[in-house]
Amino acid sequence: MTPRTQRLIGFVAFAAFVVFVAVLPAFVSDFKARDYSYVGIYLIALLGLNILTGYTGQISLGHGAFMAIGGYTTAILMAGNEEFGGPISGGMKDVWTLPIAGLVAGLVGLAFGIPALRLSGLYLALATFAIAVAMPSTVKRFEEFTGGGSGIQLFGTPELTGSISNVEILGVSLTPNDWMYYLAWSIALVAFAVAWLILRGRTGRAFRAVRDSETAAVSSGVSLARYKTLAFGISAAYAGVAGGLFAIASAFVNPDAFPIALSIYLLVGIVVGGLGGLSGLVFGAIFIFYLPLWAQGQDLGSLLPDRIIVETQKPGGAAIVYGVILILLMFVIPNGVGGLFRRVGQLISNRRYSRPK
Amino acid sequence: MLVAAAFDFSDFMQQVVSGLASGGIYALLALALVIIHRSTGVINFAQGEMATLSAYIAWTLIVNHGWSYWPAFVVTLALSFAGGIGIHRAVIRPVERGSVLRIVIVTIGLLVAINGFVIWKWGGEPQQLQGPFGTKTYDLGGVVVAAHDIGTIAVALGIVGLLWLFFRFTKVGLALRAAAVNPEEARLVGVRVTWMLALGWGLAATLGAVAGMLTAPTVGLDPQMMQAVLIYAFAAAVLGGIDSPIGAVVGGLLLGVLLNMLSYLSQYGAFDWFTEELRLPAALLIILAVLLVRPTGIFGRPEVKRV
Amino acid sequence: MLGANGAGKTTTLRAISGTVSRSGTIELDGKILKGGPEVAAKSGIAHVPEGRGTFVELTVLENLRLGAYTRRDRDVKADITRVGEYFPWMVERGGQRAGTLSGGEQQMLALGRALMSRPRLLLLDEPSLGLAPLIVREFFRIVRELNEKEGLTVLVVEQDARIALRASQRAYVLEVGRVALTGTSDELQGDESIRRSYLGY
Repeated sequence: MTPRTQRLIGFVAFAAFVVFVAVLPAFVSDFKARDYSYVGIYLIALLGLNILTGYTGQISLGHGAFMAIGGYTTAILMAGNEEFGGPISGGMKDVWTLPIAGLVAGLVGLAFGIPALRLSGLYLALATFAIAVAMPSTVKRFEEFTGGGSGIQLFGTPELTGSISNVEILGVSLTPNDWMYYLAWSIALVAFAVAWLILRGRTGRAFRAVRDSETAAVSSGVSLARYKTLAFGISAAYAGVAGGLFAIASAFVNPDAFPIALSIYLLVGIVVGGLGGLSGLVFGAIFIFYLPLWAQGQDLGSLLPDRIIVETQKPGGAAIVYGVILILLMFVIPNGVGGLFRRVGQLISNRRYSRPK
Repeated sequence: MLVAAAFDFSDFMQQVVSGLASGGIYALLALALVIIHRSTGVINFAQGEMATLSAYIAWTLIVNHGWSYWPAFVVTLALSFAGGIGIHRAVIRPVERGSVLRIVIVTIGLLVAINGFVIWKWGGEPQQLQGPFGTKTYDLGGVVVAAHDIGTIAVALGIVGLLWLFFRFTKVGLALRAAAVNPEEARLVGVRVTWMLALGWGLAATLGAVAGMLTAPTVGLDPQMMQAVLIYAFAAAVLGGIDSPIGAVVGGLLLGVLLNMLSYLSQYGAFDWFTEELRLPAALLIILAVLLVRPTGIFGRPEVKRV
Repeated sequence: MLGANGAGKTTTLRAISGTVSRSGTIELDGKILKGGPEVAAKSGIAHVPEGRGTFVELTVLENLRLGAYTRRDRDVKADITRVGEYFPWMVERGGQRAGTLSGGEQQMLALGRALMSRPRLLLLDEPSLGLAPLIVREFFRIVRELNEKEGLTVLVVEQDARIALRASQRAYVLEVGRVALTGTSDELQGDESIRRSYLGY
């Protein structure tokens, strides 16, 4: 396959996926649509994290913290924090807060990227982990800004679009759940396209050069400082938008909405999806959203003996299944779903080449 | 405002001693992290849960089977050692050649699975695991110290000392170090590297078991009890330099004392913005600061890369 | 063993010590060698790889102790003394970290460590690489002495054909994976056409 046909196949696949996303709500229950909107939100966060970790080689164990920053930005802009004694009166419509959530998180990411330049590998991972660990208690401490442990309630506020009634948009009436679905997925698809555009050009090449060999990158004239902090900024901005959407979708933020586990699962998501690839991340997002539910044996009734189903429904049982599946996945698809795609693609194109004429 | 109440020296020393005791536990777990990092190149996220599991095993032996403390202690260590080796053989070795992140995800899978297993087997309610040192306190020249604290410090330092002797003076200890720093070369002199790595996991699991059994009496035995301790152990290991065993021990003790000092001073009105909630963020902030000044920790050596 | 870059000299050594996968059989004293480098080490093969095979983070003495890893007997102390007769500085500076030694000293230490295993066959890969001529000469003097006094078989891969031929009894010239030429070192040295076409001096 020539690069051109490859790109063509890519476009067609993307277009097919857009159509699939657009018609999906027609075939599933309203309730499922809300679930799927979370998959879209996770996808946005994973795209951002993969730019940083998969393409630039900087491990972040703290992306949940950037999501929290985005989530709180959105919530505070919508509901304000005057009731806790803060200075912001709020009143902004939910959708408009998202660019600001991305911007704020992105700026914090840039700012964090500068000291992070001095750290590499594991030390960076632990520094970002520290941020994620510190986030909940910091949020609780600065109560007048964030509402402390009880968080900020968005449900029923006039700023929240379609909290109870249907949403009229472009002459179509959408249920609140469908509205959330389309909001999350349109942003996710745009985010996907933007990530693709960033990564295919000069910037993407510089990112990969930094990942593969810092020394070689520097000697080819790539500025480490610029591209590492840039990757941090972009990545955090993605997480910020995802966090903002998360706040809107849950109609609520509190410190426990962004636990350390979230940061860790985001990392799991990009490894399962495939580091350094974009399309596999959809599966990474599905994985981190659904596996916890699936591990409880809800949909497994016919697959496993009843005895085991009963055991997995005991407290702790689901976690055992989850952990074991995670480990087995790393055995079976070492390069994630994205790696699996690439291998299948290679097999097909190899066969083409070797076919006698 | 600064020092509103009278400064009490013996009170201060008490804080130092209890800081050293919790620091000793951080040091043990940090040492376990360092051993695995040196040999496998990853942070073992499951280290805390492995320790919790060990503590539960000890609890079962003592409470359900009526064993006395020290035999249960020894048997738990042996089981943990075997378990560590088993984990390495069963789940780490198959992914060892892959990317570091893949191993990291496997350890996260282990964390989730072991935590689930503990809850599934023993339930989520906290249990009581008595310490071996009782609840007595001693008065050493006006400084009142708890027997448990002194015992913890003694056990931690004793284990660290034994480990030091093992690495320094035994053939296997030497081979283990060789396998960790240069596996290819170690194979050439006849060291069975994969077994050495497994042994490293066994040792780490054993250290964790000690940490778990020392933690349970003070904070109560429950499935989440090691999660905060693991974070402090990370911090301690990074503070000392992730590849330095001495660094892990010093980092752990330092962190334990430092954290106690912060709470202590805030009682006296210094740092009055400092509340209990900020204990963890403050600790991590200190570590970030240390890292920015010395990116490889206090005792770490910069990595030399061949290009 | 001589030959141009890429002729397969290092690979040959690696095949013998089992660090690369191989086909066919390799025999030592009539016994077929199987398995990886751990097994080769146990059967009495000491391989000193290219580029100073020392553990730079360990001390000189620890490097020597590791050399004796495969041995069960407790005579390690006596062997350290024996190695110390060839290289007195190793005992005097036993506590020094190997990484802080000079290049020549590290190469000597690698040799000393190999001797600790009491090998029957010593494999040396490009020991002269990056060392000053004087040190190379000293190194080969000791290797020769080991061979003559202790009857140790040494297979050395060398770029510097002149010094290697002077120190050895037999020579093999490799060309793209095959033995192109073999003979006693004197024969090869004596034949001008061979020297011109294969050895380049």
